[in-house]
Amino acid sequence: MTEKVLAPAPEPSPPAKRTRDRLPLARIALVLTLIPLGLILYDIANGTLGADPVEALRRRTGWWSLTLLIATLAVTPLRRLTGWSRIIQVRKTVGLMSFVYALLHFVVYISIDQWFALEYIIEDIVERPFITAGFISFLMLIPLAITSRRDSIRRMGGKRWQRLHRLIYPAAALGVLHYFWLVKADTTKPVIFGVVLAVLLLLRVVLPAPKASKGATRQQSTSDALV
Amino acid sequence: MLIKRGSDIIPSSEITPESEYMNRRKFIGRLSAGAAIAAGGTLLGETRLSAQQDELTPLSAITTHNNFYEFGVEKTDPARNARNFRVRPWTVRVDGHVAKPTTYALEDFLKPHSPQERVYRLRCVEAWSMVIPWQGIPLRDVITRLQPTSQARYVAFETLEDPTRMPGQRSKVLDWPYREGLRMDEAMHPLTLLAVGIYNQALLGQNGAPIRLVVPWKYGFKSIKSIVRISFTDREPASTWKMMAPSEYGFYANVNPEVDHPRWSQARERRIGELRRRPTLMFNGYADQVASLYRGMDLRRNY
Repeated sequence: MTEKVLAPAPEPSPPAKRTRDRLPLARIALVLTLIPLGLILYDIANGTLGADPVEALRRRTGWWSLTLLIATLAVTPLRRLTGWSRIIQVRKTVGLMSFVYALLHFVVYISIDQWFALEYIIEDIVERPFITAGFISFLMLIPLAITSRRDSIRRMGGKRWQRLHRLIYPAAALGVLHYFWLVKADTTKPVIFGVVLAVLLLLRVVLPAPKASKGATRQQSTSDALV
Repeated sequence: MLIKRGSDIIPSSEITPESEYMNRRKFIGRLSAGAAIAAGGTLLGETRLSAQQDELTPLSAITTHNNFYEFGVEKTDPARNARNFRVRPWTVRVDGHVAKPTTYALEDFLKPHSPQERVYRLRCVEAWSMVIPWQGIPLRDVITRLQPTSQARYVAFETLEDPTRMPGQRSKVLDWPYREGLRMDEAMHPLTLLAVGIYNQALLGQNGAPIRLVVPWKYGFKSIKSIVRISFTDREPASTWKMMAPSEYGFYANVNPEVDHPRWSQARERRIGELRRRPTLMFNGYADQVASLYRGMDLRRNY
């Protein structure tokens, strides 16, 4: 993708040191995305997870992983719609936390749900399409989480990093499919997830990508290329 | 399984509160068919669980963990949405191939019978299970009294359809009213119960008040709740989940650890209140009583 400099940025990005007085968006995102985990831990401590605590843990971690994965994909369209470019700072945190919930979801499944009964776990992954979809989605998130650090972009090169991180699209689609195939009758919620995902992807196509600016750092231009 | 269940080791999760324990002793003392199984030691060795390992599920779990889409699709929905469910007046319509098609007031329907107590395992198709002390009347006694004609080969049941009282019916999640059915010999089996109570209390809305079916060797969805109609038919009646997804739910729906649901292994189950999964038993542990009903049938095809 060639990025043409069409106009100078109205406001050159301020150097990092001057952002101190601004809202620490990434930190706020971290705190907010930790709240569901806090509530889960609270319910564990109080024994208020319900009659089937294992199912509750499985469902709640899965729900938040998918929600945050979709939220991650909402950052770019939001940025393009509002022109609020700093919102990009939350993307890494929200994406990583989606992975954290996916990891917890997987750990709950193999530990207190299946008790490490490998033959049943493998049978599930191979024979049950909804579990296959969820498992592949989880696998796709792993390299994204590993290369989420900023220096990975530098090490891999923006283009390669960007290509790798496009895995988030199939991962999100498989996550929605995982949910859709799981429910027995009422598909309302997975369908809502699917519609939101479709709208977010469509917005990427419809909304023009922001123009790269001279003042942008390398990292930011990479982010722009990704959006 | 990683750990073989020893009969001498009872995890704390299986220890029943004393009040319930006393109840349990009372129930088990009076049990007929159910007790024979719970006591273990069957000839075929099918029943590996001793009575002590089949502890009653606490009422709090039985009344808060429900699949009853008429009151919402989440398991915690029915407890909330059925809180003010009115069950008076209630009528049960009896029709089809029967001596005298009649609509009964529930009181009149029940009057000729005295309730019995039965402790049954309940196995959900979603691979969780409970042990529930029911009070009810054997369906066979009711059928005998109603006098179906010789043409009656099946019994069909319907749940109430009233979206004002059952808010879950406002969305077309299932094809309301909920329908289920049994072959006549299944309906006449001594284990098959029309339940009106749990733990010596009248059924709550979320458990299928005021009257529901309990067929302990079949997956829970066969045990239709809040019954308003019983029909005797000559053909296999429609059943809601089979209509919904015929490749996943069959008419028979017998608990069978060897025939998996496309989305769940049925080999094991999680007993509510326990963490570890336990092996699922053929016909939910009632094989000695009911296997003969299905002799010669391919249970893989007739799932």
